[in-house]
Amino acid sequence: MTAAVIHRGFVEKTLTSLLHALERASSSERLAEQRGLLQHVDARVKLLGCLALIVAAAVSRHLDTLTLLFAAIAILALVSRVPLHLLTRAWAIIFVFTAAIALPALFTTPGQSIATVAGIPVTLQGLRSAAFLVDRVESATTLGLVLISTTPWPQIIAALRSLRVPAAVVLIIGMTYRYIFVLLRSAEEMFIARRSRSIGRLEGAVRRRMATATAGVLLGKALALSDEVYLAMQARGFRGEVRTLEELRMRGRDWTAGALFTAAAIVAFWQGLR
Amino acid sequence: MSDSLFDVRGVTFSYDGVPALGGIDLSILRGERVALLGANGSGKSTFLRLLDGLDFAQSGTIDFDGRTLTPGQLDDSSFAHDFRRRVGLVFQNPDVQLFNATVFDELAFGPLQIGWSSDEIRTRIDAVMESLDIARLAARPPHRLSMGEKKRVAIASVLVIHPEVLLLDEPTAALDPRSQSEIINLLSGWSGGTRTAVTATHDLSIVEDIADRCVVFESGRVAAVGTPREIVQNEELLHRTGLLHAHRHRHESGVVHSHPHLHRHGDHHH
Ligand SMILES: Nc1ncnc2c1ncn2[C@@H]1O[C@H](COP(=O)(O)OP(=O)(O)OP(=O)(O)O)[C@@H](O)[C@H]1O
Ligand SMILES: [Mg+2]
Repeated sequence: MTAAVIHRGFVEKTLTSLLHALERASSSERLAEQRGLLQHVDARVKLLGCLALIVAAAVSRHLDTLTLLFAAIAILALVSRVPLHLLTRAWAIIFVFTAAIALPALFTTPGQSIATVAGIPVTLQGLRSAAFLVDRVESATTLGLVLISTTPWPQIIAALRSLRVPAAVVLIIGMTYRYIFVLLRSAEEMFIARRSRSIGRLEGAVRRRMATATAGVLLGKALALSDEVYLAMQARGFRGEVRTLEELRMRGRDWTAGALFTAAAIVAFWQGLR
Repeated sequence: MSDSLFDVRGVTFSYDGVPALGGIDLSILRGERVALLGANGSGKSTFLRLLDGLDFAQSGTIDFDGRTLTPGQLDDSSFAHDFRRRVGLVFQNPDVQLFNATVFDELAFGPLQIGWSSDEIRTRIDAVMESLDIARLAARPPHRLSMGEKKRVAIASVLVIHPEVLLLDEPTAALDPRSQSEIINLLSGWSGGTRTAVTATHDLSIVEDIADRCVVFESGRVAAVGTPREIVQNEELLHRTGLLHAHRHRHESGVVHSHPHLHRHGDHHH
């Protein structure tokens, strides 16, 4: 087995278990029994609060501020009872992807050399810009997880609508989110079906070809499914407008949470742009 | 006003060159219960989609209550609202039909689209969940249910708006025998009054319970129309249209031979 295959195996497995964990975390059964910090805050406050902090992380010019912000966000996630295994999986997978993207910067950013890898110097500036990228992406992901695993999906949809996001956009976001799980399941089933029909171990090249073919078939399935789902929605009277049962109402604790999010975002902006 | 609710005249339909319906003529009366029989690929699902105004005849016409179903007609808000309120389709594949986050949201989707009040919606959902025995599934995500549970939820998601016409695509496929008879009881009770039902199936053992009239499809055409009794007893027709097969099995005497049968697999006793 080649290194590439082992590597893909890891990413594939982590990604799959991440999606499963996410699905469990955002299931209404679990949300109903959780009593974390953010579970009972109005979805609009959470949506805007998280968005403000994501922007603060994106524009921050100081690594120390960014790192503190990430630490604060991680604490927020933990006190909001975002499952730890979900966080660690997400952090690991995001780290692998962003590190891969940031890798060239280690060597190509000009500046003071601090080490050499295979004869090429690594610069301090390169390391800093890689750290910036990883820090920003990890912060944004964590906030996304906080939002999804403390808010029932219909409330997120209702919040997006009440913040005047166009219905078509909301619909696409909603469908993508729901059908990731259906597709995931059909990918698993296809994989199991394949395995049940093949004998013995497969070589790396064969496995790679199989994975590519599976991805193609899956994409075809996704498109056919989305057409059908659209018809099914029309059949039940859908005419382009999303309607939900949830009524959003701002109460005392929602205003408090909003004020705290605002204060945190102001500090983060001020420190990040100083 | 005529007695027929759907008037289908000379309808053809093909999917990108794959012919699915090749000239269908049929009237469905108000309050009538019709079974569409036919082998796999004979065009039953396609026909139901056309009746539900999701696809449109490429030639010929389908009239619903005196109005021809066309894309333009269904773009008309007041017609579409009325039509969707009166006609409900249960899809063959429940994964297509169930696209909401929870079973409860799934059941609320239709009523919300037609603009009921939240109180009305909640009361109605409770009643439907009760009658289909799915109340315990209310908070579950539909895509994680078993096939039979999904089927029940899919049926509930349509019954909840109390449509006057029910289009059912293989409602009992994938159900265990007890669920099958529960659903059949529910559906046969349902269409007792003025309600109209069109059910696609290849299960000959249920047609007498769910239909007053059978329409047999063969390669996108109507091969025969008759009462359930007439159709079920016409072995030559059933063989020709792939609804019956010679069945080989061993008798208690030990002799193996083939003969046609009308039983579902799993419950034969000679
Ligand atoms: N989306 C599609 N694209 C292309 N061809 C299709 C599509 N859906 C159905 N067909 C074709 O149209 C024909 C009629 O299909 P249809 O699904 O209406 O049959 P059916 O009687 O419902 O079959 P089954 O009992 O298997 O559900 C078949 O030949 C089928 O292959
Ligand atoms: Mg079909």
